Amino acid sequence: MWKKWMALKKTTRSSAVTYAIVIAAYLVIQLLSSLGLLSSLFTGLLVPLCTYVILAVSLNLVVGFLGELSLGHAGFMCVGAFASAFFSRCMEDAIPVSGLRFLIALLIGAAVAGLFGILIGIPVLRLKGDYLAIVTLAFGEIIKNVINVLFIGRDSNGFHFSTKDAVSLNMEPDGEVLINGPQGITGTPKDATFTIGVILILISLFLIINLINSRSGRAIMAIRDNRIAAESIGINITKYKLMAFAISAALAGVAGVLYAHNLSTLTATPKNFGYNMSIMILVFVVLGGIGSIRGSIIAAVVLTLLPEMLRGLSDYRMLIYAIVLILMMLFNWAPKAIEWRERHLSKFRFFGRRKDEPAGKGA
Amino acid sequence: MSFLSYLINGISLGSVYAIIALGYTMVYGIAKMLNFAHGDVIMIGAYIVFTCVSSAGMHPALAVLISIVGCTVLGVAIERVAYRPLRNAASPLAVLITAIGMSYLLQNVALLIFGANTKTFPEILTLPSISLAGGQLNITGTSLVTIGACIVIMICLMAFIHRTKAGQAMLAVSEDKGAAQLMGINVNGTIALTFAIGSALAAVAGVLLCSAYPSLTPYTGSMPGIRAFVAAVFGGIGSIPGAFIGGILLGVIEILGRAYISSQLADAIVFGVLIVVLLVKPAGILGKNIQEKV
Repeated sequence: MWKKWMALKKTTRSSAVTYAIVIAAYLVIQLLSSLGLLSSLFTGLLVPLCTYVILAVSLNLVVGFLGELSLGHAGFMCVGAFASAFFSRCMEDAIPVSGLRFLIALLIGAAVAGLFGILIGIPVLRLKGDYLAIVTLAFGEIIKNVINVLFIGRDSNGFHFSTKDAVSLNMEPDGEVLINGPQGITGTPKDATFTIGVILILISLFLIINLINSRSGRAIMAIRDNRIAAESIGINITKYKLMAFAISAALAGVAGVLYAHNLSTLTATPKNFGYNMSIMILVFVVLGGIGSIRGSIIAAVVLTLLPEMLRGLSDYRMLIYAIVLILMMLFNWAPKAIEWRERHLSKFRFFGRRKDEPAGKGA
Repeated sequence: MSFLSYLINGISLGSVYAIIALGYTMVYGIAKMLNFAHGDVIMIGAYIVFTCVSSAGMHPALAVLISIVGCTVLGVAIERVAYRPLRNAASPLAVLITAIGMSYLLQNVALLIFGANTKTFPEILTLPSISLAGGQLNITGTSLVTIGACIVIMICLMAFIHRTKAGQAMLAVSEDKGAAQLMGINVNGTIALTFAIGSALAAVAGVLLCSAYPSLTPYTGSMPGIRAFVAAVFGGIGSIPGAFIGGILLGVIEILGRAYISSQLADAIVFGVLIVVLLVKPAGILGKNIQEKV
């Protein structure tokens, strides 16, 4: 058994461990929950936890493997959430089977977010680094802004749109407001469950791990490591950048679908879909290790659960995140810190990476 | 007449953006990094003035001076502690993420010290407003001071860069760090000086911004900061006159957009401008295209 295991490729083993961790965590939580050992607070956190894991893993595709910084991840999540919630709200009576409805909503959320990823990506991916970061940030803010002035209603005559208020929709008396500007969408069916969340995590992992171990994935990483060299050996930079960006956006859309179908009221506030949320996801990725899928999962879980466990520290939570973010970057990337680590920590091979394999493997 | 008064409000807001954008553009030109914490230095500067005037009862001029000194020290300290060690890091993302962390750190420190409640910024620019056209067009004293301050700062900065040795050193470092060092320029010192000037300007911008919009929270600086960065990109990043033009244009677009299109969509309009600019002319109005060498 062991021999067979070791005979597998290293990447296969590594991804098998990742899947196993997720499945084991799921089984443990199911066991605890059937024994009645979980508090209602914890149970309420399970679906958001899955959302964050998917977000962190998908952002890692852009930050860790494409080597670009996206600060609009919450914007893609927002697009997916609203598109799918709008669909579910419209079709609540037409498709009574919640599983089927959720599946279609999921596909719609992912497709719309992916489409936005391509739309934003085509012009923007010609830029790099700081410009890309600021444009994705701008995109996230625009989305949030537009959704907050969007009013959509439905009556016997069909759909009505407005950007002013619910009254100016001019609906028949039988009409109902579906998207109510800043009040968002109310009455979304609560179709998301923890099991669905875990299945979606596994699907996302499967997609990303297979992508990065494929020919396309190697092309993406080649672009990250040296754009000019990659271009000169015939890699189509725009195509692969767009591919990574769109897949990441679509997965953020999936997370948004999960998020929307866990809440009865969906609003676009700075707190859930703003810049801060994008930064929060970035913190998960950086703390878990840029370019480490397993790290992103663990960081998302720990950083979501820890503040709930340590309620007393809630005032200092963001402060601690900020300090940890800075220290992590200094420790992992500063040339002097790397030199120091190589001199003093090379004895401890358990945690340190090999010399020829620097942390994050960035460009 | 209302159009003219919107225009003047726009130019006044744009002047604040221009002053902030100068800080971004100088730092970007020299250190090739987007200093996300710049907007939050503005907020810290405003809080310093608020504390000095409201709690300690100081003279406003003294308070502004203390704020400028405080922000300069803060800016240089941030550069020394967080950005300098990462200057030669393998990935350009490292320093960008550190800057985001720094921005968060400043916001949360302010949140812990001053609380989340909105503070009312004291009136320190008490100038009479000017009435034109028989009282139909009112220009507030704050707008006049803001526009004046922006022009003075611009002229001083241009003179400093083109007429002094330190300014020439800045140009040289922004052109080529290695070659500048070989010519005997203290690169670290020059970059620190850039941060010092940028942060001092941030303090001035904070005072002007909060005089026009007197509500002060730990998040006051972040949005104007990002908009000012848009202004810097609009004008052509790295170019000082570009920051000025970009700032004024962006301020006018924002105020006119608020007035004639939708007040809730103001942010969307500003960021829409950014995306259009980057699509049509990625180097900005006055920026120059730099070819990457292999």
